Amino acid sequence: MELLDWITVWLNIDRIALGFGTTIFFFLFATVTAFVLGCLVVFLYEGEENIFKKAMRFCLDILRTLPFLIVLYILYYGLPQVGIRLNAWVAGLIALSLYHAAYYAEILRGARIALPTGQIESAKAHGYTSAKMFYRILLPQMVLRSGPLFGNQLVGCLKDTAFLSIITIYELTAAANDLQQVHFIPLQAFVVVIALYWSISLVIERFLRGLGKYAKHRGLSYE
Amino acid sequence: MNKAVPVIEVSDLHKSFDGVEVLKGVDFKVERGKIVSILGSSGSGKSTLLRCMNWLEEPNSGAIKIVGDQIGQDADGTPMSEKDLAHMRSRMAMVFQSFNLWPHFTVLQNVMEAPMHVQGLAKEEAMAQAEKWLDRVGMLVKKDAYPYTLSGGQKQRVAIARALAMNPEVILFDEPTSALDPELVGEVQEVIGELAKEHFTMVIVTHEMDFARSISDEVVFIDKGVVVEQSAPEEFFGNPQTERLQRFLGKYK
Repeated sequence: MELLDWITVWLNIDRIALGFGTTIFFFLFATVTAFVLGCLVVFLYEGEENIFKKAMRFCLDILRTLPFLIVLYILYYGLPQVGIRLNAWVAGLIALSLYHAAYYAEILRGARIALPTGQIESAKAHGYTSAKMFYRILLPQMVLRSGPLFGNQLVGCLKDTAFLSIITIYELTAAANDLQQVHFIPLQAFVVVIALYWSISLVIERFLRGLGKYAKHRGLSYE
Repeated sequence: MNKAVPVIEVSDLHKSFDGVEVLKGVDFKVERGKIVSILGSSGSGKSTLLRCMNWLEEPNSGAIKIVGDQIGQDADGTPMSEKDLAHMRSRMAMVFQSFNLWPHFTVLQNVMEAPMHVQGLAKEEAMAQAEKWLDRVGMLVKKDAYPYTLSGGQKQRVAIARALAMNPEVILFDEPTSALDPELVGEVQEVIGELAKEHFTMVIVTHEMDFARSISDEVVFIDKGVVVEQSAPEEFFGNPQTERLQRFLGKYK
């Protein structure tokens, strides 16, 4: 009975809503944290190469090559072995933020390398210290030029939230899984979940289109 | 302001790039209110000299004083802190060959930016100043435009307004018209000429002989990393003393 199955989904809408809210929370929190961390990392890359920067780069390269699931496992199942016990939410937030920070750092580093050196010289000549120059002159342009790559990253982060179900977090995929196990309606449950993920990606697209317009207005367009 | 202290005083400046010595002991002075042009063929070290003055290039030895204060390092050679260096630089201004405006800001924001965020001016004051200087270079009508929509000459005029808004002791011009289409050179030279009449202290590295002749109080000829000749423009162009300068000027006649 197809209709009944959809009614079952509707009757469990509170669970789906809970999962959806959790997914959005993790997505937003991790995105903001990862972006800020990424900016910080790229700022630390500024200036002469030294052993500290090399080490940082090495660690971030490793982090990027790992599957996200491994990072999650290490934080949640691995760390207790050395006496650090994180609850699932904290482990999830840290894993998602750190993992995506490594990517944001890499995106912004690429944009930083592509910036014309003349602007940096003119900022120095006008009396900017490197921190202020980074914040006022460099970072805004790096962000404006990175729109399409941010798009990939945002969608990637959204999808990675699904892994959180494995460490017992009741997010959207976990909610769907819950429904299909209890009521044996995998198709209906997952169709609803797909629609919800898709709705978030529409918002992401909207946001990026806005960023693109803003950049284009300044002649920093991509497209 | 002490009239006796030169705005810029360069002594025995040496600078090498990868073992090649570009500046071989340059001594050089700019008095307040004077306009000094630096001429020389490509590779003579004239741009390097200018860029050493605000420490965009770090010289290997020698000293540079801005109104009596040494830039870059203390008398015993210890490097300045980043903050002190930035402060010293903010007392000068520089206009670049390739304009180097900040593309994410409007024309007005470009001019307001450093006074607000380096010198700490309030927004209203920075805006009033910026509008005044943009008006002076004839760019006030374009204040809300973004740099990419401007012609080269317009960009350079904005860059000059941006430099002036710092209220600097001296403005350093690094070949300000070299990247411009020939028909745009005039408008930029005109603006610099206007400033010259008001006795802003300026150092101008240029290839434009007639321009240097018409606006300078003093012209400096640099060749192979040393100052070969330095004199008033009539003397410099009319009666060059050294054979090297004669040959150099000969190429442009």
